[in-house]
Amino acid sequence: MREFDYRRAHDVPGALALLDAEPEARFLGGGTNLVDLMKTGVERPARLVDVRDLPLDRVESTSDGGLRIGATVTNSDLAAHPEVRRRYPALTQAVLAGASGQLRNMATVGGNLLQRTRCGYFADITKPCNKRVPGSGCPAIEGEHHNHAVLGASEHCVATHPSDMGVALAAFDAVVSYETPDGPGTLPFADFYLPVGDTPHRETALPPGALITGVTLPPTPVAARSRYRKVRERASYAFAIGSIAAALDVQGGVVHDVRLAFGAVASRPWRARTAERVLIGATADAETFAAAADAELAAARPLPHNAYKVTLMRNLVVAELTRLTEEAAR
Amino acid sequence: MTTAPTARQGAVGTAHTRVEGRDKVTGAARYAAEIPFPGLAHGWLVLSTVARGRIRSLDTAPVLAMPGVLAVLHHGNAPRVETDYTGLLGKPDPTTAVFQHDRVPHLGWPVALVVAETSEQAREAAETLVVHYDREPHDIAFTADHPRAYPAAGYGPAATEKGDLEAELAASAVVVDAEYTTPEEHHNPMEPHAATARWEDGRLEVVDSNQGTTWVAGELASLFSLDPSAVRVRSEHVGGGFGSKGVRAHQVAAVMAATVLQRPVRVAMTRRQMFSLAGYRSPTAQRIRLGADADGRLRALEHRSLNLTSTVHEFIESSTAPSRVMYDADAHHTVNRVVRLDVGTPTWMRAPGEAPGSFALESAFDELAEKLGVDPIDLRLRNEPERGPASGLPFAGRNLSACFREGARRFGWADRDPRPGVRRDGRWLLGTGTAAASFAAGAGPSTAAVTAEADGTFTVRINAADIGTGARTALTLVAADALDVAPDRVRVRIGDSDFGPAMIAGGSTGTRSWSWAINLAAAELRERLTPGGTVPPEGITVRSDTTAALGALAQKERHSYGAQFAEVAVDPATGEVRVRRMLGVFAAGRIVNPLTARGQFTGGMIWGISMALHEEAVRDRATGGHYGADLAAYHVAAHADVPAVEAHWVDDHDPDDPVGIKGIGEVGIVGAAAAVANAVWHATGVRHRHLPIRPDRVLLAGAPDA
Amino acid sequence: MSSAPSSTYSAVTLTVNGEKHTLTVDHRTTLLDALRERLDLTGTKKGCDQGQCGACTVLVDGRRNVSCLQLAVAAEGREITTVEGVAEGDRLHPVQEAFLELDGYQCGYCTPGQICSAIAVIEEHAAGWPSAATDDVRPEAGPPPLTPEEIRERMSGNLCRCGAYVAIVEAVARAAADRSAAKEVAA
Repeated sequence: MREFDYRRAHDVPGALALLDAEPEARFLGGGTNLVDLMKTGVERPARLVDVRDLPLDRVESTSDGGLRIGATVTNSDLAAHPEVRRRYPALTQAVLAGASGQLRNMATVGGNLLQRTRCGYFADITKPCNKRVPGSGCPAIEGEHHNHAVLGASEHCVATHPSDMGVALAAFDAVVSYETPDGPGTLPFADFYLPVGDTPHRETALPPGALITGVTLPPTPVAARSRYRKVRERASYAFAIGSIAAALDVQGGVVHDVRLAFGAVASRPWRARTAERVLIGATADAETFAAAADAELAAARPLPHNAYKVTLMRNLVVAELTRLTEEAAR
Repeated sequence: MTTAPTARQGAVGTAHTRVEGRDKVTGAARYAAEIPFPGLAHGWLVLSTVARGRIRSLDTAPVLAMPGVLAVLHHGNAPRVETDYTGLLGKPDPTTAVFQHDRVPHLGWPVALVVAETSEQAREAAETLVVHYDREPHDIAFTADHPRAYPAAGYGPAATEKGDLEAELAASAVVVDAEYTTPEEHHNPMEPHAATARWEDGRLEVVDSNQGTTWVAGELASLFSLDPSAVRVRSEHVGGGFGSKGVRAHQVAAVMAATVLQRPVRVAMTRRQMFSLAGYRSPTAQRIRLGADADGRLRALEHRSLNLTSTVHEFIESSTAPSRVMYDADAHHTVNRVVRLDVGTPTWMRAPGEAPGSFALESAFDELAEKLGVDPIDLRLRNEPERGPASGLPFAGRNLSACFREGARRFGWADRDPRPGVRRDGRWLLGTGTAAASFAAGAGPSTAAVTAEADGTFTVRINAADIGTGARTALTLVAADALDVAPDRVRVRIGDSDFGPAMIAGGSTGTRSWSWAINLAAAELRERLTPGGTVPPEGITVRSDTTAALGALAQKERHSYGAQFAEVAVDPATGEVRVRRMLGVFAAGRIVNPLTARGQFTGGMIWGISMALHEEAVRDRATGGHYGADLAAYHVAAHADVPAVEAHWVDDHDPDDPVGIKGIGEVGIVGAAAAVANAVWHATGVRHRHLPIRPDRVLLAGAPDA
Repeated sequence: MSSAPSSTYSAVTLTVNGEKHTLTVDHRTTLLDALRERLDLTGTKKGCDQGQCGACTVLVDGRRNVSCLQLAVAAEGREITTVEGVAEGDRLHPVQEAFLELDGYQCGYCTPGQICSAIAVIEEHAAGWPSAATDDVRPEAGPPPLTPEEIRERMSGNLCRCGAYVAIVEAVARAAADRSAAKEVAA
């Protein structure tokens, strides 16, 4: 690990200025990903600007009935918040499905959005990786990729985004707020992560030097009946091989409103809008759910060893929408 | 004081909390990297990034100029070591002889040690060191039909053969012919390997984390051409070993650095480095052919196993071991084969041979039971052998049937519907499975010293290792009974090579070997303590050596046995497998401490769950190195994977065995993965012959027709 | 933040087990290494140094954290409790007592992390936090009972390679039951 300067910021303008003053500076939140990446040599910042003392640690209701979540709210506090549990239960479930109790106590909302892929080639600086060293190649395509992307990847990178929280945020149309030295801005979740294309090292649409200050969830009545389900290779404390955030409102046997997002299948939390379009106004039954999943997954381009994810996601869509339908009928 | 013994209840067989328990729950117990030394320097290993080739050069000058850096050791400047010797467990693995030449035999081979004042400085300097290689093409592809595979002896002969296999298979009513694979698995003890070396008054002292200081001290003396009396290795608390904590690169590098710098040097492996340096269990490719009459009597048994090893040392994963012990047949053939690849040398890992071998054999038996329409337990009991199938030796007791009877009763096996794929609980398909287990009950020569102290207490000095087995506590109970005193009057000191030679904690031989030595010394001491006599201030010490007693033991098949039972739930929509309960019944000699014994058995069974469902190290063919060499990618069972796991035991008495204690550290994993796999078949109707049974494999295998 | 002797070192005051320690740390030094190498508090263990095993778990401001991914310099101003600080003098913490009596360990290396984690799990549960094992996370559903399944999920960030999980879960359950029994008596 390279030697580095450490500064603790106490307000947002101060944080921005400390970052701006050093070209190789990084913001430090909970450190659960960044410090690990520094140990493995993937990240070599010259300065860390610690933002955990910034006054961004509140979860508040917005006047229109949504929620505003500060960037330094820890995963634990977010998951335990009564309004999150009441209005967006899939978000609580997604957060609780991630990492461990210890890591959730440290990790922040802003950091969660900016965490890096857990692709084993990215994390190993002795191996090529286009995301880490542009132009060096993507060994996963010919090598180990059984937990890599089937949607939205490119021949330059097939890594997945590891977040569970982000999947629920994608489903519920979260809006990311940030500050820059030039002023504030917002990004809808759909535009927050960039397409992979031939620039897998460019991951988000945040302007240079920006600090995420929070995430706003719009009022989403359907989210009150939502679930997050995660499949992984052990029962806990593991990254997903496929996950789903689903919210469903069925009226008179017909899908009135629906939200669907997939995790661990793409370079970003994957909002399944094609599936949602098939579902809206259709009969709420297993046949429709399967057809919706198939419509979404028609775009899948699996590699030799990850084609199972297409089956897995299809089965998850059917299973979770069926369960939500049954729960609503009770 | 007087030394008259008083009649009392035996300590052996009664639950006793660990004598070092308070130290462990308060954090007071110090492990190898936790003992402070003034002037301590920190070494950081630099590992090769190519799988095969030569080191052309190392750019040491910029690294030596970095803050705090004291030295960079490499093949051009490191002290020379000797590798032409035979140690306690055979010829040394040359991969421990670091920095002796420019050849790189595998990715992750140590090419340098950077020593600095602090670990942060050492780490950054090690990461900065540029090493230039002449790269050569590598072969790391382990395949069942590898053209360079050859039969090899190790932990038994390469091959055993009796009878005409093809003729008996042809004459069989039912034949099973199946291939099974197990992946590369890593021990991953929670405590990473760490050693601190220093020279003190002309002696080399190494504070280490290992499974036997006799072993490690002997190897270091041989490697560095030192008189054995000039080497002291201590290893008081050991954070797990499972076969990986012997002589490794870090101790050798630490000794080199301490010698060059003449100050204490600590070298600890990182978790990532452990994947390259700590050894591992080779992947196996096994083929089993079973032929049986319609009533289930075996006519033919063939077990062929292949494992890999490095290009520089031959290690045999003797996966045919269970077939050589468990079941006889008119034609009985076994062979172990090995192929040399550009990888690190594998090593012993919990139940070496038996763990992967029992997965194949006990899965094949379940397949045979299915084809015959015979209950899997009945099938096994119908094939109980009279004598060792391969050795022809008599069994010194064989208690497998008692384990199955007791296990079946406790598990509720009698109510089992044998049909697969017919039980549902919501989204889950349910199934149960069973498998047999055995592990050799061996012993190695050991010495012990037992002292009657003037204050009426006793001190036992024995170079045992407690790697979590509870050995320290078990030996306290054994000594208390041998001396006929209460355990609180006995102090057992272990983990110091100055206590004299003793067996390692390995192969389930430790407690058996050490107890034997303590019993001999204690018996003699009791004779020397005349009733009413006095003990001088320096105490009375008696020493023992079991070498002769071990040699007098009759040659027999000596084993522990077990019956494993598992219930699993499988979600066919996602491929998730959860073990819902597990039960094992074991025949493993006298159980010294029921409290800690339970943990040994259930710990082994949990390893079986982990082996069945999770563990798998993945190698990247392009580079020859690991993909995801960490605990996030290499999954070991976590709390949530482990349900109620029960272990019980049956009386197991061997009249001609003077100690009556068998090892219990390994038999718990044997057969456990097969029991889980057999339960997955029972749940789904699909056989999984390749471990681990990952969700993608279950998903692609499909659901039962039902 | 105290005055910095260099841009890569800082003088910090760490509050550990109620005691203040002032030391100069390399910014690269993790809280884990500061505890073990500088303060000689070696009860906190280094299992993976990557947040993947839980052996280094300590309590920071009363909440469990992994100390390997926390920088020592960033821990200034926080109350840190390690396994050495959870007992009351000679009287073991009930969680320690339960681990000892029920043999909730083998090699002992993951044990301090398991114990610190368990202490926090019992508090988190008492505060009504749901977990991934909780069927219905809505506040109206009320806090879930601390079943073995809940304990297993909540403790899953602490790997035990010896496989002492069965006894660990029993120990956590016993300590949690003792705590709620004590609360009832007090109430």
